[in-house]
Amino acid sequence: MEHISKRFPGVLASDDISLSVGEGQILALVGENGAGKTTLMNILMGIYQQDEGKIFINDKEVHFRGPEDAFNAGLGMVHQQYMLVPNMTVTENVALGYKQAWKPLKLDLDMVRSRVVEISSYYGLAVNPDAYIWQLSVGEQQRVELVKTLCLGAKFLILDEPTSALTPQETDELIALLKKMKNELSVIFISHKLNEVKALSDTVVILRHGAVVFSGNTDDYSPSQIAAMMTGHEIVLPENREEAVRGELALSIKDISVRSDRGFLALDHLSLDVYQGEIVGLAGVSGNGQRELAEAINGLRSIESGSIEFFGTDIANKSPYYVIDHGMGYIPEERNIEGIVPSFAIRENFILKDSDKKSFSRYRFLKNKAISRNAEVLRENFDIRCPDTATAAGSLSGGNIQKVILAREITRAPRFLIAVYPTRGLDMGAIEFIHQELLKKRKEGIGILLISEELDEIMNLSDRIAVIYKGSIQKVLKHGEANRKNLGILMAGVGREEEE
Amino acid sequence: MDIIVNILSMTIPFSVALLLASIGEMFNQRSGVFNLGCEGIMAMGAFVGMLVPFMVGHGGAVGQGWNWLGLLLAALTGALLGLFFAVIVVTFRAPQGIAGIGMQMFGVGTAGTLFRHFVGGTQSIPGMQNTPVPLLCDIPVIGTIFFSHNLVVYLAFIFVPVAWYILFKTSWGLRVRAVGTHPRAADTMGINVNRTRYEALALGGALAGLAGAYLSVCQVKMFSDDLIAGRGFIAVALVYFGHWHPVKIMLGALLFSFAQTIQYNVQGLGINIPYEFFVMLPYVVVIIVLAFTSRNQTTSPAALGKPFNREIRT
Repeated sequence: MEHISKRFPGVLASDDISLSVGEGQILALVGENGAGKTTLMNILMGIYQQDEGKIFINDKEVHFRGPEDAFNAGLGMVHQQYMLVPNMTVTENVALGYKQAWKPLKLDLDMVRSRVVEISSYYGLAVNPDAYIWQLSVGEQQRVELVKTLCLGAKFLILDEPTSALTPQETDELIALLKKMKNELSVIFISHKLNEVKALSDTVVILRHGAVVFSGNTDDYSPSQIAAMMTGHEIVLPENREEAVRGELALSIKDISVRSDRGFLALDHLSLDVYQGEIVGLAGVSGNGQRELAEAINGLRSIESGSIEFFGTDIANKSPYYVIDHGMGYIPEERNIEGIVPSFAIRENFILKDSDKKSFSRYRFLKNKAISRNAEVLRENFDIRCPDTATAAGSLSGGNIQKVILAREITRAPRFLIAVYPTRGLDMGAIEFIHQELLKKRKEGIGILLISEELDEIMNLSDRIAVIYKGSIQKVLKHGEANRKNLGILMAGVGREEEE
Repeated sequence: MDIIVNILSMTIPFSVALLLASIGEMFNQRSGVFNLGCEGIMAMGAFVGMLVPFMVGHGGAVGQGWNWLGLLLAALTGALLGLFFAVIVVTFRAPQGIAGIGMQMFGVGTAGTLFRHFVGGTQSIPGMQNTPVPLLCDIPVIGTIFFSHNLVVYLAFIFVPVAWYILFKTSWGLRVRAVGTHPRAADTMGINVNRTRYEALALGGALAGLAGAYLSVCQVKMFSDDLIAGRGFIAVALVYFGHWHPVKIMLGALLFSFAQTIQYNVQGLGINIPYEFFVMLPYVVVIIVLAFTSRNQTTSPAALGKPFNREIRT
């Protein structure tokens, strides 16, 4: 790719980018969120059209009008958000792109199915061709994506943050697999996890604000050097080093069972205690009941049995208002859906939970001056980057939206905080900031339940680590006891049998 | 006994207009577009369908071929209106609910106006003849209920498995389901999302037009402003009722039309209950059933009602 530029309204997403990949090479494309990695790859796949620049394959210039042209040229991309139709089978999903099977009056699914079986056994990617996508775990879906791309004849793979939703074991498997496949394929690997970049790639290209700031051989640089070039400054993620000062029992969950949206038991007699002044990390592969637990505590999901005591008050099956009123702070999983009202101004989002409090309203009329003043203070303190506080919150970047939520929850002076995947998808700079804020709150003596699937985050911040698997707590480990290996094993559900 | 046979033998032909329209609407919705304008397209179809035999025979008897031509032109009109709707909601990404209401008023209004201009007052036509199936129609009870109707009735029911085959066994059906559930995924696989939606809307429109013409040419055998009487909206509801599956939609159409024929027959019995109650009955049945059908996330077209724009991230 040479001199690629792409403009979106208001932003220059790709600024004169050039890069090249040789046959059998793995190139890591790293950069913070919003650096333009995905945009660049979408241009390569013909999904977006570049405004300037040229693309060459084997020294021949190509013009892709759509993804189909890119497939025909042997390119294939696994997107960060999986591009699989959930209510179709694996075979049907492959058939969507497998034009040879499109007979005039019949779709030859048998042909597609045998192709899927052939590819999956050749590369050692186990998939069940007849399973529906919605039945599969995230790791399985990823394998389906790989099989799909390979079935369509890709010789050049683009993987957009392939490990962001995988367990450590699955990540290791993927890395081993890619190393093996490298003999036959070229790969562009997008990531901001630097240990993976080190483990896998031959060369590395760093993007910042849509432009290439560095490219070179991976072996010549250490992860921290790459991290510094990625963000433009040195990043040291804060760690929880101080001795825990355990206060009174804040949240006591006893034997609760909760059903998921699909009706099965998402939480199965789960018990967990969290004290004031400590951070309890809840580790686990997403989909093992984390979401349901957070919702159950916050009154958003009904509880079938068991009790939740919050500073001695029973909050099981109470309304969200009741729970908030008793001092609960909540950073929800879906920041754009549950955390903010995207079309509301930032300053309105700040007072969502306090619109009827005396400080922001009188006789049910909003006090706009007080609301603006509050917003300016929070914007300043939390370094929220926005044109002004009347901007719609939904137009901000993920990191800034998360800061808006954090600012609201923390400044409400809660007695307890639940943070669900607080840094998911954020870049290093934003992660650093959020970690610092959480540790600050802990120091003030507030109990925090931190739900995350980032093991580094959990191990850095938590005083105690509870591992959740299939709706119940596998084991609770102390700060020093946990390491990537034993957590990974517990998260995968192994070990329970041994103990029993 | 007689009254039961009578009710059942009416249920079948009365369900056909609903069946065709809702199968068409099913294709629309499977592709991610819901067309509330179904009612309007049916009205236009009903007018065009009856206009052909009326103009040829001046209200008198005509050859069966003219009836078929009427049905064909009605389907063609419906397809064109479906494409027109596609321009509005797919290309220009107008909100589908509002555009659908507009389509409904446009269709019903235009059909009524053209009818007054070309035909004048309410006129009945001889319409499509019944074609009992040889041998089978002589079976007592069953023959009367199932095998003594006009040809369109049989064809409509044969179309149910055909629609199932199209949707689940052809590449076109696969594309339609993909763009209705995860258009971005379909796009990355090189499928033209908008084009597929145009095609589905054309097919849906054609079936709605045909359904309207069935009413005016085969069932009621006349046209009036309120001929469709909300059937287009019922058809939309039946798609939800049938979970976007042709066979379940057929069962829904039969259930609704069963409730409706009960109403006609009970009115005739002179039971001392206000007849409005029975007129209300079929609609109440649909509302109750809709309220209690499960919201099964795994089959519904998740992108229903959402316009697709490749360059805007969601």
